[in-house]
Amino acid sequence: MSAPQKKFVKGNEAVAMAAIEAGVQCYFGYPITPQSDIPEYLSRELPKAGGTFIQVESEIGAINMVLGASACGVRAMTSSSGPGISLKQEGISYMAGSELPGVIVDIMRAGPGLGGIDASQADYHQATKGGGHGGYRIIVLAPNSGQEMYDLTMLAFDLSDQYRMPAMLLADSVLGQMKESIVANPRPKAELPAKDWAVRGTGGGAQHVVKSLYLGDGEMEKFHWKMHARYQELAEKESRWEEYQTTDAELIVTAFGATSRIARTAVEMARAAGLKVGLLRPITLFPFPKKAYAELSARCKNWLTVELSTGQMVDDVRLSVARDAEVDFYGRPPGAGSLPTPEELFEQIKKHF
Amino acid sequence: MRYDVFFAGYGGQGVLLAGNLLSYAAIHEGKNVSFFPAYGVEKRGGAAMCTVVIADGDTGSPVVGHPSVSVILNQLSWDKYADKVKEGGICLVNSSLVNLEGVSLDGRELLAMPMNQIAIDLGDVRMVNMVACGAYAAASGALPLDSLKEALKDALPERNHKLIPANIQAIEAGAAAVFSARKA
Amino acid sequence: MKQVFAKPVSLKDVQTHFCPGCHHGSIHRLVAEAMDQLGIAEQTIGCASVGCSVFLYGYFNIDVVESPHGRAPAVATGVKRARPDRIVFTYQGDGDLAAIGTSEIIHAANRGEKITVIFVNNTTYGMTGGQMAPTTMPGQKTSTSPYGRDVTNDGKPFKMAELLSNLDGVTYAARVAVNSPKNVLQAKKVIKNAFQYQVEGKGFSFVEVLSACPTNWGMNALAANERVGSEMIPYFPLGVFKNTENL
Repeated sequence: MSAPQKKFVKGNEAVAMAAIEAGVQCYFGYPITPQSDIPEYLSRELPKAGGTFIQVESEIGAINMVLGASACGVRAMTSSSGPGISLKQEGISYMAGSELPGVIVDIMRAGPGLGGIDASQADYHQATKGGGHGGYRIIVLAPNSGQEMYDLTMLAFDLSDQYRMPAMLLADSVLGQMKESIVANPRPKAELPAKDWAVRGTGGGAQHVVKSLYLGDGEMEKFHWKMHARYQELAEKESRWEEYQTTDAELIVTAFGATSRIARTAVEMARAAGLKVGLLRPITLFPFPKKAYAELSARCKNWLTVELSTGQMVDDVRLSVARDAEVDFYGRPPGAGSLPTPEELFEQIKKHF
Repeated sequence: MRYDVFFAGYGGQGVLLAGNLLSYAAIHEGKNVSFFPAYGVEKRGGAAMCTVVIADGDTGSPVVGHPSVSVILNQLSWDKYADKVKEGGICLVNSSLVNLEGVSLDGRELLAMPMNQIAIDLGDVRMVNMVACGAYAAASGALPLDSLKEALKDALPERNHKLIPANIQAIEAGAAAVFSARKA
Repeated sequence: MKQVFAKPVSLKDVQTHFCPGCHHGSIHRLVAEAMDQLGIAEQTIGCASVGCSVFLYGYFNIDVVESPHGRAPAVATGVKRARPDRIVFTYQGDGDLAAIGTSEIIHAANRGEKITVIFVNNTTYGMTGGQMAPTTMPGQKTSTSPYGRDVTNDGKPFKMAELLSNLDGVTYAARVAVNSPKNVLQAKKVIKNAFQYQVEGKGFSFVEVLSACPTNWGMNALAANERVGSEMIPYFPLGVFKNTENL
């Protein structure tokens, strides 16, 4: 067998390619930098694949179209960045309340407000803590390469269908705009539950209703406990992370997304200098891979969290590590010129030795 | 092996196309590639930069603080980025547009060549990016020139494929300029 | 004995939560009769909105998706695009459609989505307790316009049927009322036409239904019914404002 043909594509294009491979039937979106390659690609390719593409009047309209299409049981998605993701929070909350799957791609840019188009990780809290009202969570996947932009997009659809929750691919403008060589893998086989809840017209059978209104005594409370149990099952079965050089590490650097790529090169520099440094990269941000942190910190007590913000994921790291572990933080809030270099992170690492 | 290169110029000099060409050539060689572009809001005249990392294994950071090779196509980039080249690295400079005074590159190899003039002599100043690519390949040894030539049909849109022979000349001229600069 | 009158089979045999004299019950019935006559209930998906109309699924024997406030036309777009062979309609109130959801309704109409919109205009926010709506009449007192709607402060009421009839994507736009037997019969015909258009794949159809809200108007059922004729119809004229296919 010959080696699979590599494609050289932008991260955003990898997302769009993977969505089609995953069988997305409907895409609804609104242009915003730095994610517009996604609607551009899908406007060209999705109709050829038999799907529907609509450039909607607003991000609010778009997410609600995703809600409607998903209620019919088809794979539907939208994509945006900061300001647009904020507008989508209403619909995401309703989808969570209605137990609807659906994929939302967030190519983070600097904020708050209009901010800028440079890479950011400052929407970590918004993504992982339930960005809308009502106390829900969604699945959040954090790719760190073109290949993962592709592979995790497909995984987002599968997990979303499996657990009947919206799933978000949380990347940033570095990952969206960067071009890498990727293998366009075929959609993985997954045993997914039948969508026997979807609206379809009764056809004379039982009525199906997709809703988030619960007025009966105890109904809403029951819903919350049911979802709580689902989130725990998700954490148990679907937590994903990557470790690099952690076995003998005396310091573990932890970072997600593009930052984890910069950190990895910094760790390599440290190793070359004889410093025992490892890297722990969460791939699922919700569920946060707490177990990995707990287990590694039972042995290694020195931690350094790196983020493109003043510190958000570091909260989850501190809640997950052993109580006697020291978690230091190094952040570069988003904006033009604020991307750290590997050399800069290496300097931060050296301070711990 | 892991090679990284930083390309910088102004919008319109074809910096991003150069990065794409190197990337496709690396893919032809079976390598992994990361191409990380950065540019101003303007289509023409603003700053344009890109970093290309070529590796057998993991490409690692797409952001490079001290590149092993920098290709500098205009004065602003020279003033701002030339001295970031790492110790033992190479700085290729388009001397047609850059006044080399004011920046010291101790411990690094400086290869200055009139890339604009070379491109003009071949018929079109717009091929300055191809001259730079040929120069980079020759100076760094990261990629064989043949891969670069082969990659032109991937990097250029179909409508520009008629320009491939001229671009091949420009790539070769860039490489030749490195050989003569090193001999000098 | 020959049966001359029955509950539409598209409606469930349950009591509604609507107040005495409220027109939602009549409008539900007309929608159900249209579905019965066209034989489409089993292939229909309703998009409920937020307000008194949210309980659509409790009264209709059809599949229903609940939409966020104002977003029913966007949800219906998603449904229709995912299931183009199904009949899809929204049922929205005036606050929902003409205030928070203006963007969604106008763009769905302009795209010519092949859906049917039933728009219930009762000049007030019913479920939240009678606040001023975009369709509240000039001078009308509500809980948030205690001195009466001041058109210099709040503008004049939206005439949605006329407004939407100006969009090229709209095939059918009409306004009806259910305050008299004659008007009910006309409303029945118009609502059926609106669904008929969708069955034939002919594009966006819109029916505004003037409706009484006795509780929030502070009137008894009879007086509220009277008000539809004496105050609302003169301002919101009944009629078909657009009918590109002349059904």
